[in-house]
Amino acid sequence: MILRYLLEKEFKQIFRNRFLPRIIFAFPCVALLVFPLAANFEVRDIRLCLVDHDRSHASSRLVRKIAASGYFKLSRQAPDHRSALSSVESDESDMVLQIPPGFGRDLVGTGTSRVTISANSVDGVKGGIGSAYLSGVVAGFADEIRQEIHPEPAGAGPGRIETVPRLRFNPHLRYESMMVPALMVMLLTMICGFLPALNIVSEKEKGTIEQINVTPVGKSTFILSKLLPYWLIGLLVMSIGLVIARLVYGLVPLGSLGTIYLFACLYILAISGFGLAISNHSNTMQQAMFVMFFFVMVFNLMSGLFTPVSSMPEWAQATTRINPLSYFIEAMRCVYLKGSGFRDLQPQFLALCACALVMNGWAVLSYRKTT
Amino acid sequence: MNVIETERLTKRFGDFVAVDRLDFQVARGEIFGFLGANGAGKTTAMRMLCGLSVPTSGTARVAGFDIGRQTESVKKSIGYMSQKFSLYDDLTVAENFRLFGGIYGVPSREIPSRTDEMLELLDFRSEKNTFVKSLPLGWKQKLSFSIAIFHRPGVVFLDEPTGGVDPVSRRRFWELIYEASDRGITVFATTHYMDEAEYCHRASIMVDGRIEALDTPARLKQAHGAASMDEVFRNLARKATRRAD
Amino acid sequence: MERFLSFAKKELLHILRDKRTMLLLLGMPIAQIVLFGFAISTEVGNTKVAILDLARDEASRRIERDLDASRYFEVVAHLEDAAEVEPLFRRGKASLVVVFQDGFRESLLRDGSAEIQLIADATDPNTATVFLQYATSVATAYARENQPPAAAPVGIVPQVRLLYNPQLKGAYNFVPGVLGMMMLLVCAMMTSISIVRERETGTMEVLLVSPVRPIFVILAKMAPYFLLSCVNLATVLLVSVFVLDVPVAGSLPALVLVSFVYILLALALGLLISTIAATQVAAMLVSGMAFMLPVILLSGMMFPVESMPAALQWISNAIPARWYIAAVKDVMIKGLGFQAVAKELAILSGMTVFFVAVALKNFKTRLE
Repeated sequence: MILRYLLEKEFKQIFRNRFLPRIIFAFPCVALLVFPLAANFEVRDIRLCLVDHDRSHASSRLVRKIAASGYFKLSRQAPDHRSALSSVESDESDMVLQIPPGFGRDLVGTGTSRVTISANSVDGVKGGIGSAYLSGVVAGFADEIRQEIHPEPAGAGPGRIETVPRLRFNPHLRYESMMVPALMVMLLTMICGFLPALNIVSEKEKGTIEQINVTPVGKSTFILSKLLPYWLIGLLVMSIGLVIARLVYGLVPLGSLGTIYLFACLYILAISGFGLAISNHSNTMQQAMFVMFFFVMVFNLMSGLFTPVSSMPEWAQATTRINPLSYFIEAMRCVYLKGSGFRDLQPQFLALCACALVMNGWAVLSYRKTT
Repeated sequence: MNVIETERLTKRFGDFVAVDRLDFQVARGEIFGFLGANGAGKTTAMRMLCGLSVPTSGTARVAGFDIGRQTESVKKSIGYMSQKFSLYDDLTVAENFRLFGGIYGVPSREIPSRTDEMLELLDFRSEKNTFVKSLPLGWKQKLSFSIAIFHRPGVVFLDEPTGGVDPVSRRRFWELIYEASDRGITVFATTHYMDEAEYCHRASIMVDGRIEALDTPARLKQAHGAASMDEVFRNLARKATRRAD
Repeated sequence: MERFLSFAKKELLHILRDKRTMLLLLGMPIAQIVLFGFAISTEVGNTKVAILDLARDEASRRIERDLDASRYFEVVAHLEDAAEVEPLFRRGKASLVVVFQDGFRESLLRDGSAEIQLIADATDPNTATVFLQYATSVATAYARENQPPAAAPVGIVPQVRLLYNPQLKGAYNFVPGVLGMMMLLVCAMMTSISIVRERETGTMEVLLVSPVRPIFVILAKMAPYFLLSCVNLATVLLVSVFVLDVPVAGSLPALVLVSFVYILLALALGLLISTIAATQVAAMLVSGMAFMLPVILLSGMMFPVESMPAALQWISNAIPARWYIAAVKDVMIKGLGFQAVAKELAILSGMTVFFVAVALKNFKTRLE
């Protein structure tokens, strides 16, 4: 019964705040409208700087072929390697293709020739993919020339393996369908993580907690009164996310909404409990904020949200097992895009249950009414 | 019958003995003044009696419950007003009454009538729906006090209840204390103001964590051959070796 | 000046006295850079593969072994039936299923070509595109190996040089990103909170009625945080170089200069937030939470800015971290000097001046 009065107080405090309701509603909306399109690793329009020492028929044919491939954009023609390199340094070009003198002559005469590809690889993935694309185009060009010189009947070349990709669940490779669920998860993590983390410690700073500590309020009642408001807020944020996903991005979960809400309920409990525990351990809001900031970053970046878990080193993969976010994002993507049902996601469900229990148990135990 | 009994109640912080073997009793209905210089250990002792702090050694019983083992039962039977204003200032006056009334288990249909009664007593009716943050300090203190006694506890602990307010307001505050005492609530108050000490039924004076004197104001003055409690206090406080911060 | 110094000293002592907070402020950036530097890369590796081998011949088994041996793949399951594919995906047990049709090797030998079906979980399009490419190259490598030498070797040998990062290390891209994100958010949080907190607790008024001009009060509050941020910068750079093996290939003075400007910018941003936010909670949520998303997503730390839609690229121009990260990559990884980062320096300085100006204007109106 005491809980009712405490909850009343929490809700009044949240909704009377001039700032909190605004950030709770505006922040998810803005984030979901703006950010989903940011996530794009697609390598296209690679800016290519050309150093053509040959200027032959063959070299210009190669350049035309490269331009026609659609991946590249000729940014500059440089007279020599050095000025080409400075074009990469000044970030005017991403790659340099250097065609040596005698390229065309060698190709027709001896059948072999060479080119030099230099790729800006600060971003390793981009550098790797870009140079692979360009090598591919060059190899294709070489095939073309070979066909012209030694025409072969089709199919006679022994042992070609063709791979036929089938893209399941996201056939058009839409980045939004990966990002929108990811953003929903991030937003829940932030709102239901930061707000509770600041809550108890702010009562400590104001001194109001002392007036509560001297009353017979039970520890779990108190923690529950802090938890439930964020639980509802989180479900609201989740619903906003689902609506925006549907209306703006046309994303409808293939699986059941019930499963999504079930997982969201558990996840919010886990992350809010964690926030409250941190709040209990902090002396000032500043400390609580920094600690929570640290963990929110770690949870977000090391969960498979943006980069696949499988590409992390072993020890880092092991940490995802105690990271509630990694279970939640997996469940979200599975339900949204693959139509997985509750039965498919039982391991994730159990893991999240365990997280929620541990975090909230910790929150209750770490709340001290006495010093 | 004693409402508060302490037995060698002690609190240490590392090497520092904040409260040193307190032994005293407070009888039901008494107004007990708990005096001492800054840093003498008053607040620490009071926090132990309220169950906010765990004694290092010794025991105490408040309202018949052991403060170490029956902390939650102690909390049910007491009211507490802390030195720093600690009500929710983003709630209104009535909402604070409702919250704390509810927490202490005042039946929900009684809360409105009791609130009105309290507001009447405080001459406060017009401020029923005012946000607490916009009240002046003197009013905030009266409000804190009435919330501390709202659930009709056996004992109420007041930690420097009148700090920072003008003499007229202090006088009025003490009238409230007398009224509460008349209704059988034991009052345990710390204060800095020696004129207030004169209002108490009995007063103790703490120096360096120990109680140096405990008696009615009249007898204390007699024993020290002093004209006022202020003089008694100065006499005793001079012995202090501990520096107030 | 003397007053200013004594004020700044007071502030510094104040910060130093709170050991726990200090430990957090200094320790957290190190922990983050180490964690993220080692753990996160956009590289795709160890993708979980399931094999549906209906051929069960020498060729299919060989390709399977090649896949498993490659560092990009890990064979986690062997399926018997096409019906098993769907549940596997739904449980998230594998990201790729490789299907060999019956008679794979025969058709390879007889017809000179054969098909492998690659069923990919494309929920994450980035990853799917990349691992499909890898899987294809494993298959073609096998095919090429088993090809008799071509009759006429016409070919162009591309010599590929991967500039600046020949080993394609993820950390080279990520460390500057994390650096830019962290310095901005941590500095902005520290200052905004500390100023709003003084206002909340009322100590700010005490300072403002003192004979020192308000601007100096503010500067004195910021000075220790500048110092602290420099310490953070130094430790994080040292960790990057000596623990994460990310070099400072270019001019160190240029790096330090651009970092100083960036720290000032972050402090100014914190100041600006503090003049707008009414409470500590508001200040923290704005500087720590609301800024976190744009800084992570639009600065180029996580996703390349060039690949974003034009509107987002335009927004990303307003994100200071974008320019700092670009400058750090130029100096640390590409090995360039002052000239290369002149543009970024100018933009960052301009932003700093702008933030300070707006903050001071707000600050004055608040005081009046």
